[in-house]
Amino acid sequence: MRRALIWSWTGAVIIFMYLPALSLFLASSTSSRYFGFPITKWGFVWWQKTFDSLEVHQLFRTSLAIALCVTVIAVVIALFGALAFARYEWKGRSIYQKLVLLPIFFPQTVLGLALLLYFNALGFTMSWQTAVFAHLVWIIPVCTLVISIQVYSFDPALEEAAFDLGATRWQVFREVTLPVLFPGIFSGALFAFLLSWGNFPLSLYTTGADTTLPEYLYAKMIAGYTPGVPVLGTVSTFGAALLMLVGYLMIVILRRRRTADVDSN
Amino acid sequence: MDRLAKIFRPGPRHAIPVMLFLLLGFVAPLVTVVMYSFVPSRTFDLWQDWNLDNYAEIFNSSSYIPFVWSLGLAAATVLILAVICYPVAFGITRVFGKYATFITLLFTLPLFVSENVRIYGWILFFIKNGVLLGSLKSMFGYEPESILFTTGLTLMGMVYVYLPFMLFPMTLGVSMVPQQTRDAAFDLGATRWQVFKEVDLPLAMPGIVIGFLLTFVLAVGAIAEAKVLGGQRIIPITQDIETAFTYAQNWPLGAALSVLLMLVVGTLVLVVLRRFDLDTILGKK
Repeated sequence: MRRALIWSWTGAVIIFMYLPALSLFLASSTSSRYFGFPITKWGFVWWQKTFDSLEVHQLFRTSLAIALCVTVIAVVIALFGALAFARYEWKGRSIYQKLVLLPIFFPQTVLGLALLLYFNALGFTMSWQTAVFAHLVWIIPVCTLVISIQVYSFDPALEEAAFDLGATRWQVFREVTLPVLFPGIFSGALFAFLLSWGNFPLSLYTTGADTTLPEYLYAKMIAGYTPGVPVLGTVSTFGAALLMLVGYLMIVILRRRRTADVDSN
Repeated sequence: MDRLAKIFRPGPRHAIPVMLFLLLGFVAPLVTVVMYSFVPSRTFDLWQDWNLDNYAEIFNSSSYIPFVWSLGLAAATVLILAVICYPVAFGITRVFGKYATFITLLFTLPLFVSENVRIYGWILFFIKNGVLLGSLKSMFGYEPESILFTTGLTLMGMVYVYLPFMLFPMTLGVSMVPQQTRDAAFDLGATRWQVFKEVDLPLAMPGIVIGFLLTFVLAVGAIAEAKVLGGQRIIPITQDIETAFTYAQNWPLGAALSVLLMLVVGTLVLVVLRRFDLDTILGKK
């Protein structure tokens, strides 16, 4: 009885979470210029139009460039950050853990404006590169946290055993630390990419003349209705879902293979 | 030499890149904002005579109203989310079994879609002739007023956007309660309500409080909900700040407002975080 209640409550909350995505999808699959429900003319005309637009191609390129740069830099810095966060015992670690979290516990609009002032005071011109920096301020801490959770379950004895067997520091890192932590690093990368791809408040103030997809969508929805917005919104939702699913399956397969390896030895 | 070796032991050594980056990318920008808040109104140059005029202007105006709105709406968001999320967090930890991961993924996905796009989905849902009202009209011939552009809908938008930020820390907290302790309490004759009050709640508290803090802080920074869903019926403090930076071209005033907001948020975060051991919350074995 209570289990059924919890199941249905959770079901209701999930429906609540996905109603906007559903509305976007419905709005994108009509052939008429204006949105009205129930839909009278179904069709994917606006999908075609949106994908053919050169402007949209440019937006995709900018967003992709930013997200890829953010992912690579964030993962490298966060990997070391996570080792300091969870692997080693050291004085000041508890303060360090809290300092790393501060940018997450901070309103992003204010952070975006602060970075705008900062870049301006330093004399930088805003472009997609400054946006990469801005995204990193928020994403490196998130990534550190995600990787740390994996690092907590890491057994330091593995590294020590490798050292005892005569491996160099680099060999230990490449052959022991990296493979063991790989699922965490992979989820960290996935988080970094997707959070950068969908970010709006930081991009808004720091991209300058370059425009990312969320910024473009915002400008369009302020200006009035066009079916291109629901199309791109639906594409982002499906794209993120697909990426997440593939990532999740990869981690599951990796885990299976590892247990299989252990068994066969 | 000894001191150097101490500083560059593995722990601190691995922390250097992150700390260096946050110094340049987080601390330095915040210091810039504080400096800008002392510059004369409507100027853009940092190096001139500093004064407190911007703060005086704020305290002599009615800018406390947006502050009250932002803090009030954030507090309401936190309370509503606590009630919505607890059963879900409990379910993920104890009821859903093998489906728990999938359900967690379902709640993660919306985080990756830009928040203004998702809010726009709500507009399409609630607008006249939209998904809700259009269906009601065609199925029952019933045409109520749209509830778009009300303060209530602003609050709903905030609850919607910040739900995962409450749910995930709360789930971590609930999973810290050992099942044996609960079983023992039941064996000793405790009622469900007693177990909830005396066992579940106190032991899950670290995660719950972190969820409260995170949601509150992010909700204080909310801007799109009031603007898009609330039809600007109320103005949150972040919108005042944004206006100062954009239309009004008054960076020093915007900076001073930001400093006040940062003081509120920063004090809260530091006071609350100080009391927690993150290792236990994040599941150190």
